[in-house]
Amino acid sequence: MSQDIVQDSLEAPLGSTAERQAVVGAAGATPGQDWVIVTRGIKREYDMGGEVVRALRGVDVAIRRNEYVAIMGPSGSGKSTLMNVIGCLDTPNAGEYWLNGTQVSKMSDDALARVRNKEIGFVFQTFNLLPRASALHNVELPLVYAGVPGDERRRRAKEALERVQLGGRIDHRPNELSGGQRQRVAIARALVNNPSILLADEPTGNLDSATSEEIMKVFESLADQGQTVIMVTHEPDIASHARRIIVLRDGMVHSDERRSAFVEKLGLPA
Amino acid sequence: MPFVEAIRLALKQIWVQKLKSFFTLLGVMIGVTFLIAVVSIVGGMSRYMTDQVVGKIMAVNSFELRHRPNINLGEMTEERWRELRRRPRIKESDIQPVADALPPDVKWAAVGNDNLSAQSKYVAKPRQVLAFTVTDDYFDVKKMEPVSGRLFSPQEFERGMPVIVIGQDVANYFFPALDPVGRELVVRGIPYTVVGVMEKQGSAFGISFDKFIVAPHKSALNRYVNAHNVIDAIMIQTPSREGMLSTMETVRQVMRARHHLRPSQKDDFELETSDSALEFWNKIKSYLVFAGVALPAIGLVVGAIVIMNIMLVAVAERTREIGIRKSLGARRRDIMSQFLVESATLSTVGAAFGVATGFAFAKLIAAVTPLPAAVELWSVLVGIGIGAGVGIVAGVYPASRASRLDPITALRAE
Repeated sequence: MSQDIVQDSLEAPLGSTAERQAVVGAAGATPGQDWVIVTRGIKREYDMGGEVVRALRGVDVAIRRNEYVAIMGPSGSGKSTLMNVIGCLDTPNAGEYWLNGTQVSKMSDDALARVRNKEIGFVFQTFNLLPRASALHNVELPLVYAGVPGDERRRRAKEALERVQLGGRIDHRPNELSGGQRQRVAIARALVNNPSILLADEPTGNLDSATSEEIMKVFESLADQGQTVIMVTHEPDIASHARRIIVLRDGMVHSDERRSAFVEKLGLPA
Repeated sequence: MPFVEAIRLALKQIWVQKLKSFFTLLGVMIGVTFLIAVVSIVGGMSRYMTDQVVGKIMAVNSFELRHRPNINLGEMTEERWRELRRRPRIKESDIQPVADALPPDVKWAAVGNDNLSAQSKYVAKPRQVLAFTVTDDYFDVKKMEPVSGRLFSPQEFERGMPVIVIGQDVANYFFPALDPVGRELVVRGIPYTVVGVMEKQGSAFGISFDKFIVAPHKSALNRYVNAHNVIDAIMIQTPSREGMLSTMETVRQVMRARHHLRPSQKDDFELETSDSALEFWNKIKSYLVFAGVALPAIGLVVGAIVIMNIMLVAVAERTREIGIRKSLGARRRDIMSQFLVESATLSTVGAAFGVATGFAFAKLIAAVTPLPAAVELWSVLVGIGIGAGVGIVAGVYPASRASRLDPITALRAE
């Protein structure tokens, strides 16, 4: 069922950038139930000591519920900035961003904090776990800020850790866990508040290839269960795990393809 | 974030960095230590003054009619001195009119006293004693009881018999290892028979209240204690405090009439209460309390600055943590309250240690010096309250800095 929707949205021939945007981008998508993310003409500029860096120059992206999307691009392409905007850690200078039908591009700091808490689960390259806190406490954190009472918090955090096969390690601190285990704690933390999107920034960047595969399997199974996953990476073989690959270049969308097309182009094993 | 959660987090943080926390807390701890110690000692002295010193000199709900204040602790100006010197003495002839004006349930006693040399045949050297001559109700007003022997009989008062009751020090000095009752003490060549030894009155600031002898007003001793026709004071005790004020007014009017004072003229006599005796002490006390609060305040300011610095360091060290928390949905006020609670907890823990050491310090001073100490509950509460307040004030700036960190920058911090 989820597969159908994805297929449906990508059924149109994805040729030139202009054609693709006409189908998937601003013109095709209206912010609403199906579309978890819709951006229109997102621009983000930084003032770096008098020099203006234009990180995003008008990005139109629309992502449906239950999609598994990779955002790729070389360094400086603006993929991190786009991730920050999508993750509500940053606000665009211009353009609109709807998350679940709500425009978040002009929200206050506190409102954005609320959105991050409820709608977004982050997985970072460097795991970003609190070093002195146990795995359980790390996973509990989003629920603390959601105001969930202690007992329920612990119960839900335990469940989330069990989902990533770490039920037996809840009292371990990050430094007592392997890299793969740490990333799985981070995934449990990202999922514990049932967010609309799981947003992963180079999730395998600090892991060896075997462990990377293991983490990608976790994402795969989450996507199969209907979780919307957005992953930022610069590694094509990691990106090829996603079902749709958006490539950014110079702050704009360069290509937006289904996995099959992407894999074919790169000559990777399907 | 729930408050309890924040405190638990803060305590954990303190525990993790025990040594650093200790040094951070030192300023607040020392400040509160001195606050508690000074307040305790001043409080102890105050209680001592009230109970031991003034309470011994002045009876409850009583006042004394005197020509000059007995307890001269106030600032003495040239002018006041001259005015006091011009005052007429209280006379024998004043006793009856004053006594007649008093309500029936009021007790009174005429009192004279002076230092006189006394001698007994059991000890070679004579010694100074504080000699009193008093009328009937004196012991009743002063609530003094004999430990051996008896008080004077109405006949002894009436006839001015040569009998005395003596204080413990007098008994011990003049009658070593003897029962003084029935024996004689000679003052100015006249022998007086001891009929009673009074219970111990204690001492204040090393001055004993037990070096006294008391004889009936009409006895021969009165001649040496008071000048002719003059007495030192009339001691008046009312059953209640309210009665005391109206009785004071009655006595004032009688004396003003007797001294022929016009309404524009001030009283040329003194109506002295235990309050007026305490007035000067209260003034000293207010200076002491001020010093006791001002000096620790310096410690607290230093403590606050140290805490602020440490919190700024903590914010810098934990920038990444702040970024993580923000990315997980912490609002500005969550971060703000986390650091505020942390610095308040830190400082309150310091204050609690300060209360404990201040308590110990006060006890130590009480043990090794004659200064008494009484730790008062309010000073403990104020100490801890100040601790929390210092922490909050010191924490505001670091906490608000933490709360305003940009999550992206914070997440990138090393």
